[in-house]
Amino acid sequence: MTPDNTTDSSAGRLLLAGLGWNTPGLAGLIGLCPLLAVSTSFAAGLALGLASLAVLCSSNLLISALAPWITPRFRLPAFLLLIGALVTAVDLLFEARWFDLYGQVGLFVPLIVTNCLILARGESFAAHHGVWPAFLDGLGYGLGFIALLAGLGALREALAPGLLVAALPAGAFFLLAALVALRQLVVRRRGSA
Amino acid sequence: MNSGSREEPLIRHRAAGPRNLAALAVVLLLAVILIGGSWQSTRQRIADNAARQIVAQISLVLPGTLYDNEPNKDTVLKDTGGGQPLPIYRARRNGSPVAAVLTVSAPDGYVGPIRLLVGIAADGRVLGVLITAHQETPGIGAAIATEPPTWLTGFTGRSLTDPPTARWNLRTDGGDFDAIAGATVSSRATVAGVRTAVHYFATHRDEIFSTPSSPAATR
Repeated sequence: MTPDNTTDSSAGRLLLAGLGWNTPGLAGLIGLCPLLAVSTSFAAGLALGLASLAVLCSSNLLISALAPWITPRFRLPAFLLLIGALVTAVDLLFEARWFDLYGQVGLFVPLIVTNCLILARGESFAAHHGVWPAFLDGLGYGLGFIALLAGLGALREALAPGLLVAALPAGAFFLLAALVALRQLVVRRRGSA
Repeated sequence: MNSGSREEPLIRHRAAGPRNLAALAVVLLLAVILIGGSWQSTRQRIADNAARQIVAQISLVLPGTLYDNEPNKDTVLKDTGGGQPLPIYRARRNGSPVAAVLTVSAPDGYVGPIRLLVGIAADGRVLGVLITAHQETPGIGAAIATEPPTWLTGFTGRSLTDPPTARWNLRTDGGDFDAIAGATVSSRATVAGVRTAVHYFATHRDEIFSTPSSPAATR
């Protein structure tokens, strides 16, 4: 993930904002519902992460494009309606294209609507920025979310045969806590917030 | 509570301006287009996927040389004991019944019901067992559904009288079937599911094959 020689050097910074150790699942502990429920295997985590990424990018795009016309009073219902419609579309496309994987995580795709990460990015970033930065922001946060979801899934899948608790819902809490602690360690060593 | 006090409403309602309504209408329209468009463009493929999956699953529990019809289109819905009607796919050769695939929901899995397909030959012997849906613990109970399904092949060739009904259980319960190590509950539920299918087939054989195909169950 190198911000290579693009003319706009801030593009890389936008993309990296939500990636790495600042991914909101670890830094802000938001959007945890799918993290805990679906991260039982690498493939399931990756699949739900990709679906979330698609929703996040497209919702950021639409919200940033429509924000100038939407008055504050209607902001929340309008954004929720858009996100709901996008999740429905992604859910259908997912079922049509990746049927096998859908069998594993299909139950959780509609729940992406409730992932506050998506509304949070739309509200706090996309609504006040242009279409391109909003897209990059969604891409970065989405990739960070995938990394966490798939990583947690891989970890639980690897530990489950020997360590029963890793496969159980409680195990997701324990491992997430371990990852949060690791993040604190790294961030403090670096001396940056 | 002071019942006499009057409270200021938390939100003051102002009349919604035409601009607001127009913006909301645009968002609504966009949502309708998004949902309608994706539904319209995917529904055929989703239906095909489901049909293809059923055909693939049937071919895993029935030897393909056995039949010459399309069992996924020769289907009846029967309640095999779980309280809900589930599809039975009938395999025929030259029009005469050779086997059936029963869908069973074994209610007592570790986490929830375990969904099974059990292929049974006309003489009542099991041809193959496939687990199509379960929520058992990954790495533990989920071992019942691992690929290749070595453990499930232990049912092949068995029937209602082999072993006798009393021994259609796990070895730990005084039966003939080994449990998967560490997955006793999931194994027990699976054995019970196969037993249900075999028993239902043996007691309803003629009814299964003579009931006209139900279009509701056909994919």
